[in-house]
Amino acid sequence: MDAKLPLLSVRDLRVSFALDEGLVRAVDGTSFDVLPGQVLGVVGESGCGKSVTMRAILQLVERPGRITSGEIHFRRAGSNGVDGEVVDIAQLPPRGALMRDIRGGEIALIPQEPMAAFSPVHTVGEQIIEAILLHSHRWQKGKLGRGEARDITVGLFRDVGISMPEQRVDAYSWQLSGGLRQRAMIAMALSCKPRLLIADEPTTAIDVTTQAQVLALLRDLQARYNTAIIFITHDLGVIAQMASYVVVMYLGRVMEEGPVDDIFHAPKHPYTQALLRSIPSLYGKTRVALPVISGALPHPFNRPPGCPFHPRCPQVMPRCSAAVPKLMPVGERQLASCFLHHDEAEPA
Amino acid sequence: MSDPLSLLDVRGLQKFFPITEGFFQRVVGHVRAVDGVDFTLQEGETLGLVGESGCGKTTASRCILRAIDPTGGQILYRTRAGKVVDLAALSPADLLPLRAEIQMVFQDPFGSLNPRMTLLDNVGEPLLVNGMKNRRERADRVAELLRLVGLRPEFMHRFPHAFSGGQRQRIGIARALATNPRLVVADEPVSALDVSVQAQVLNLLLELQQRLKLTFLFVAHDLSVVRHISDRIAVMYVGQLVELAPTEALFRQPQHPYTAALMRAVPVPDPRVRSADGILGGEVPSPANPPSGCYFHPRCKYAQARCKAEAPALREVAPGHVSRCHFAGEMVF
Repeated sequence: MDAKLPLLSVRDLRVSFALDEGLVRAVDGTSFDVLPGQVLGVVGESGCGKSVTMRAILQLVERPGRITSGEIHFRRAGSNGVDGEVVDIAQLPPRGALMRDIRGGEIALIPQEPMAAFSPVHTVGEQIIEAILLHSHRWQKGKLGRGEARDITVGLFRDVGISMPEQRVDAYSWQLSGGLRQRAMIAMALSCKPRLLIADEPTTAIDVTTQAQVLALLRDLQARYNTAIIFITHDLGVIAQMASYVVVMYLGRVMEEGPVDDIFHAPKHPYTQALLRSIPSLYGKTRVALPVISGALPHPFNRPPGCPFHPRCPQVMPRCSAAVPKLMPVGERQLASCFLHHDEAEPA
Repeated sequence: MSDPLSLLDVRGLQKFFPITEGFFQRVVGHVRAVDGVDFTLQEGETLGLVGESGCGKTTASRCILRAIDPTGGQILYRTRAGKVVDLAALSPADLLPLRAEIQMVFQDPFGSLNPRMTLLDNVGEPLLVNGMKNRRERADRVAELLRLVGLRPEFMHRFPHAFSGGQRQRIGIARALATNPRLVVADEPVSALDVSVQAQVLNLLLELQQRLKLTFLFVAHDLSVVRHISDRIAVMYVGQLVELAPTEALFRQPQHPYTAALMRAVPVPDPRVRSADGILGGEVPSPANPPSGCYFHPRCKYAQARCKAEAPALREVAPGHVSRCHFAGEMVF
């Protein structure tokens, strides 16, 4: 396990948005690795930069947003299943041939709103066939016919548990229910045999029972194809059920990361601890006040100096507002950026 | 005629939406969005209404507010004056004075506040509608309301865009409380909020309820949230009530397989408890064309021949615990 080289390695990534009102640093020095076949869970509240990080990985950050610094090393697929060259996605032109090959081909995205992600004027099948035709040169020589691409699509629909796949291929997205639409989206993401799948809140817009079905499906597909998945969500329950390794983000920085069991049973960072306490459970006491994180998420223009969490932290120290704590190993397998656990600060 | 203690007594509530076809909009069928729902609400309690999207929970709550007119059934409401009236049958003019007593908190804190109005106007509008013409008087009341929901009164001259989701939801709550309501219908009030903010708003609702003796109808799809806030929980499926019980009893021993399946579907925030068994397959049937017999039978793993043929009635299994299942009380789901 340890000998595996990371598939994706994000180093000190910074993305900022230059707005009229000022500079918003949406991602402010984020680093993490994704190993092949790993399910990495990224948790955080809205505005923590989790979605922007993922957009940066796909070079989809829209203006006025810009990747200002940092590296995104991605290990491409080589021939016969061996690893290929490593590219720094942060340096690639967003519209270049290489990036277009990687995006949707080697790194696929399952977006939050399948309704908005599919075009309503083309059938879902057409949209998936288009993706397959664009990317098929990667895994096979010679040109793929439309008929063959359609057969692949029908097979994918069957794989993701869509009943009557031959008919559903010709359906429009608005004719499908929320669960089916999300399954079709997963089929589209898998259509080009990606090495890395980014699932951005894939179950937030759907019901619990459908969510359970979709999560089971993703788990099953992951085991079958051994695709690495970055699973982004604000739902800690979903993270606990899906991820093997967890990254906790707050205001564009990684607060803590570690194996899922350690994060849930031995959280080190006060933010992780507070987040875990504030979820209502199916087993706790009812109708009593829940422990809350005091205060609100700061406005993006008013980033607090020092540790971004210090104004809301119950264990705040004078030092926390003066310097930004570095993400350092804490204990055997976890990393945390908190002065309670180490003294290392980021260089000013 | 009704239990003298209950504030609201909903009996056989129905709401059908017509399905039309052709140039002359001929009615070819009905979507039976709410099809015979009965429940009562005692003063000061919270009833949670849960179910998947399309189960009719929002439609039922809108009927109670008379935001839409029910097709059938009675909504008996005991007014502040102590008179029992049928909200379903009142004329708009007779309904008007009662509107102040029943208020609503909406799901989307971004869509439910007018972006062109300051907080003073947003929160003060129900006051204006109810005859508080003096602007200074209104400002005083709005200041009081903002303090009540944990916002600073100075904020009243700002516009909604200056506030975060959690703060906006507090503003929405302040507006709902402006007219001193007795019954507050909250439709998914925390589902658009972040975890840390969600806990703050839930705590606020609990605190306000105790302070102001409010009665809540809390509509939501998240069982852990509903469990946290409700005294009793009603579960809906395809326009019908399938189970209603005190919160503790419902979670200790659900008496309907659908309720049990809903509970199992909630992802447990503990990586040591991972299981994929009991995942509910299939999809919610369309309320325009529900299955025969028990509506849940095509997805139910305990279904037997009887379930397909015979529609179960809602019956009491334990005191205050009703279930619409042939085998409630006999089987453990």
